[in-house]
Amino acid sequence: MDNVVLHVADVHKSFAGLHALSDIDLSVKEGETHAIIGPNGAGKSTLLNVCIGRLRPDSGHVVFNGENLTGKQPHQINQLGVVRVFQTPEIFPELSLLENVMIPILAKRDGSFKLSWFRRFAGENNVRSKAEGILQDLGIGSFTNSEAGSLSRGDKRRLELAMGLAQEPRLLLLDEPTAGMARHDTNATIDLLKRIKAQGMTKVIIEHDMHVVFSLADRISVLAGGRIICQGTPEEVKADPKVKEAYLGEEQV
Amino acid sequence: MKNSSALSDWVLFLAFAAAVLTMPLWLAPFGANYPDLMQKFAIFGVFAIGFNILFGLTGYLSFGHAAFLGVGSYTAVWSFKLLSMNVLPAIMFSIVVAGVFAFLIGYISLRRSGIYFSILTLAFAQMSYNLAYSVLTPITNGETGLQLSLSDARVLDAMAGITVTRSLPSTNLFGMKMSGMPGFYFCAVVLIVAFFIALRITRSPFGAMLKGIKSNQTRMAYTGLNTRPYLLWAFVISGMFAGLAGAMMAVTDPLAGAERMQWTASGEVVLMTILGGAGTLIGPVLGAALIKYFENIFSSFNERILNRAFEALPDSIQSIVVDTVGLFVGEGWHLTLGLLFMITVIFLPGGIMEGVRRITALFDRDKSGSSSAASNTAAAEHS
Repeated sequence: MDNVVLHVADVHKSFAGLHALSDIDLSVKEGETHAIIGPNGAGKSTLLNVCIGRLRPDSGHVVFNGENLTGKQPHQINQLGVVRVFQTPEIFPELSLLENVMIPILAKRDGSFKLSWFRRFAGENNVRSKAEGILQDLGIGSFTNSEAGSLSRGDKRRLELAMGLAQEPRLLLLDEPTAGMARHDTNATIDLLKRIKAQGMTKVIIEHDMHVVFSLADRISVLAGGRIICQGTPEEVKADPKVKEAYLGEEQV
Repeated sequence: MKNSSALSDWVLFLAFAAAVLTMPLWLAPFGANYPDLMQKFAIFGVFAIGFNILFGLTGYLSFGHAAFLGVGSYTAVWSFKLLSMNVLPAIMFSIVVAGVFAFLIGYISLRRSGIYFSILTLAFAQMSYNLAYSVLTPITNGETGLQLSLSDARVLDAMAGITVTRSLPSTNLFGMKMSGMPGFYFCAVVLIVAFFIALRITRSPFGAMLKGIKSNQTRMAYTGLNTRPYLLWAFVISGMFAGLAGAMMAVTDPLAGAERMQWTASGEVVLMTILGGAGTLIGPVLGAALIKYFENIFSSFNERILNRAFEALPDSIQSIVVDTVGLFVGEGWHLTLGLLFMITVIFLPGGIMEGVRRITALFDRDKSGSSSAASNTAAAEHS
């Protein structure tokens, strides 16, 4: 058996009686890209939130590289190498692009807290050039000193992705990385994610766009009504009648 | 914040130091170059610089910073009474005690954010104020305030063979009396050191994290940063600055009263910081100096001066004008302060420093025609 990086075991989560997640069992192997798809309200985002510690499951647990993530604080989970890229960009709008990317790099280098008040932030040349490289890579390297809040929606999403990649995560959780992007940008993002995949980074990706899912995913889990109704390779999932049923009136697979 | 070079920071620091040390010269035309007032500029400058490390960088608005100021003053006076009239031990103890006090209050208050945080700090400060007035009278001497007396122990001074018999001793720095101009220069040096520390903090990785908290605190946690110790350290550091300011008050005038801890005093430093420009380095110092200057000028106007100023007017109109203007000066100068504050917040939400920035931007556009260059140079001074 391949090395399992993330193991979601028997997770339940309900909000005021509504079962958002039931019996979720999910294993993500090292180096694979695992897509989670499903109609709106299926519980995809809830599942991600459980993984990064934003929500605590009612029962069950999430294990990452042998460590139980359940009950850990978000910053502790991040320090273990689990990084989430948000759907609506969670950037630092008042800070420059460079600072937006330098902060995550410093967080990985210096840990969750360090009182380094006498060094110069702008003088951290290694961190700075690394951040510049990543911004360049994502095509937003030409305005490193502008305020992040002034970026266009698409560029904000790239910055969000840059902040995630800057931490060189051991597990990257992507929440609809291409939602709202033009086709051209979507393809550029797919290329980028393929390149990261070639470097062996493990990824869990939530996505609506089936074009993106089938170009990237090694395995797919289909979520509907808070349950995993089907799990397998893209071909297996395409052929499953249950999946077609779940998506009826929603989107054609 | 833009990335400013190490060189431009040094230029800013040296310009600041030069401006502070030459205050007796360039404040002369404003009639503000007497030691008492300039000491106040420096003391409240330190208070506002420290407050800005918390409020300006993290966005957490404390309404109880006067408590640390008061604690600093009491500690300094006790150091004068028990140890020595030398100001150095007094200042060191004040910073430490205010820091410990800030740690306790900050630890609890920082469990909440936004308005709840502000209310908690306000409540703690009012508690401190009332305790100083009542239960803690043995330490604070209640309403009368803590004062020096001839019978004080002054252990270190006694060991050094310095005794006083006739009149109360004065505060000193190894024999140099801390009143008048030497007192001002001492405060000026302390202000410059405080500014230097604040500059380093603002430009450091620690400072960048504090700005990140202000910008998007949720994101900080998902970036692997534990925001609690960052906030607590910012709170403690700004509390230590307040304690230092309180000690400087005691240095220039060795007594301490509970009214220093009252909520109006906490509110004053908020006004100073916002008026000057929260989040900027120079702004809080400017705001503090401006408020203390106006307090001095406007509160000294009385009816006699007003009558003389409006002598040219017919009698009936003169009395009306004097009565109206009289509301805004003398005892009522707070009304002027309120108006000034309202005008600033409405038209220049970024305070005086935003005004400066807009003006520099205008000039730069005239010169080069590029607005991006304008924002960059203006940002060199802005943090």
